[in-house]
Amino acid sequence: MLFLNINHFNELNMKRENILLGHGSGGKLTHDLIDKLFVKYFSNEILDAQGDSSILPIEGEQISFTTDSFVVNPIFFPGGNIGNLAVAGTVNDLAVSGAKPLYLSAAFILEEGFSLSELEIIVKSMADDAKAAGVKIVTGDTKVVERGHADKVFINTSGIGILPKNRMHISSGKNIEIGDKIIINGAIGDHGMAVMAQRNDLNITSEMVSDCAPLNGLIDAAFAVSEDIKFMRDATRGGLSSVLTELFEGKSFGVEIEEDAIPVHDNVLGMCELLGFDPMQVANEGKVVMVVKAEKAEEIVLALRNHTLGKEAAIIGEITVSHPGKGWIITTIGGKRVIDMLAGEQLPRIC
Amino acid sequence: MKLNTEFRDKATVKNLVKAINALSTKPITLMEVCGGHTMSIQKFGIPSLLPKNIKLISGPGCPVCVTDRKYIDQSIAYSRMSNAIITTYGDLIRVPGSSSSLENERALGRDIRIVYSILDAIKIAEENPDKKIIFLGIGFETTTPGSAIGILTAENKGLKNFFLYSAHKVMPPAMSALIDEDVKIDGYIGPGHVSAITGTGIYNFIAEELGLGVVIAGFEPLDLLQAILMLVKQFESGKPAVEIAYSRVVNHEGNLIAQQKVNQVFEPRDDWWRGLGILPDSGLGIRSEYAAFDAENVFEVEVEPTKKDGACICGSVLKGIAKPFECKLYGKGCTPMDPVGPCMVSSEGACHAFFKYQSL
Repeated sequence: MLFLNINHFNELNMKRENILLGHGSGGKLTHDLIDKLFVKYFSNEILDAQGDSSILPIEGEQISFTTDSFVVNPIFFPGGNIGNLAVAGTVNDLAVSGAKPLYLSAAFILEEGFSLSELEIIVKSMADDAKAAGVKIVTGDTKVVERGHADKVFINTSGIGILPKNRMHISSGKNIEIGDKIIINGAIGDHGMAVMAQRNDLNITSEMVSDCAPLNGLIDAAFAVSEDIKFMRDATRGGLSSVLTELFEGKSFGVEIEEDAIPVHDNVLGMCELLGFDPMQVANEGKVVMVVKAEKAEEIVLALRNHTLGKEAAIIGEITVSHPGKGWIITTIGGKRVIDMLAGEQLPRIC
Repeated sequence: MKLNTEFRDKATVKNLVKAINALSTKPITLMEVCGGHTMSIQKFGIPSLLPKNIKLISGPGCPVCVTDRKYIDQSIAYSRMSNAIITTYGDLIRVPGSSSSLENERALGRDIRIVYSILDAIKIAEENPDKKIIFLGIGFETTTPGSAIGILTAENKGLKNFFLYSAHKVMPPAMSALIDEDVKIDGYIGPGHVSAITGTGIYNFIAEELGLGVVIAGFEPLDLLQAILMLVKQFESGKPAVEIAYSRVVNHEGNLIAQQKVNQVFEPRDDWWRGLGILPDSGLGIRSEYAAFDAENVFEVEVEPTKKDGACICGSVLKGIAKPFECKLYGKGCTPMDPVGPCMVSSEGACHAFFKYQSL
């Protein structure tokens, strides 16, 4: 058996002197850029934890803080628009750290000539989603750049929430034990493929709809039945594979996934086959991966299924003592192979 | 018929594996010569299901992998011409040339676009009459008919700004060269989509003269296991033959219209293969009647000297005489993120497939 260090820095290869699209894919190139540049210079104990949200100890309270920028193309797609993403993305980053999301900022970079009525649709979507998620957008910023210097509209949102003391372990997953179950709240790949199908150079007509949604309500429903949730991540860019890789990489335990158990809609599977994508590497905007205590797994899945955003929730695998630091998947035909993170660019701008 | 269920049925897989186990007594090495097969075999974890005496090795079936680095260098040179738009299938974009890659050139501002069909490139040519559109024609018999249709369509539409740079290759010379080079295999899993175009006649010499079985396979797990079962049966009985395990797509004649279009536009020429060197009549150049669409004929560009392969052993991997992990660079200097050799770049390359899925 082989063990590879996927973070091994490559000195032999062509020197990269420019940013490539793959640096924004959420896969290995992105991780490399973060580790080798941003963390290198910004390093501090809070940033270095590298959770979906950072945990700030302020006046005896634990505040979760996160930020995200949105540059999706096209800005309108089946199931939502860039505004929905901007609110859901940041709310979800807070919620999966175990926090209760409270306040968001919203900053807009607008291209000269962009339609005001389209901007209004986007802003209204943001207001609706914020209301549904129970958060307030409390500060903002607007910049306009010359035509061609940005693509219609880019949005950045930051968010803060309160993190209960008993949930501080969730970001790092330090309470994970052998035998814990891995859960996902529904079918993977809908967002990435819905956006992909919208691109006019593909000529694909499909019924695919983005799963974009704020997940804090769903996560509350899970906590209502059990506090035995030991790890959560939202599977966005880089897909389910990226989250699972972050879960097992460098750890003293392994991960085993049943491919048959992973919910995937037929149309997404079909399009993935056509384009040669692995659905596990395709982006989602409304999917959370949870690691939970084995005895509570069924109960938590039931609670998720009772929520509109968790109807297809399923147990997809477990934490194993074997092959520490690696993830294995039992394929649909009963074969075995490893789980791998997306290497470069797979899709155009998807969030 | 639903490919993602019927041809992946767990119970049928189990029965086939049982049948293979029951029939197979001697050690046997089978080579798949299609990158799509390499990927499927790894993706479904097929090696983990087979008895230990059956060894699967990957052959030179990934077009990106066997193509000369000079092809990338020359494509990059084309991209640097004024008013040029390079159109290409996605796989080529990250392949390292001697000092750059198309991906890198795109980041530097060259107009390089990924298309899913040559007809998209034709459309780009129609929409940009003042630009030169160069399509990078790569692939085996599967993609060549598309390239032929592309050139015929451009001719029909009277386009003067559409050009094809051909790296098209044909499979049989490589399959026979491997045997000449003494690569130890006992049978070929024949390429499914290549054979859909060519038919099966092109493999007869392998069974008749070289004494090796060829079974054409599809890309689903049951297709592949069925082909493996048939090859084991041939091998155990000592009766090599050309057979089809993919009859829903492949027949003995192949696609006659596609063959005719390819012959109309292309002609055989000697071509260089990574790992195998120059093989006679293994490549396809554009016939002189269509020289106006041939990028090599129309444009003179200065191409940098081609860099040698160094420690990369893609050549041996492509011949099936080395496994990806036997390369010094594998997983260290060479990963899908930072590929050195083409076998790691292409999603159908043996190193990439193995790195990604590691099914043993």
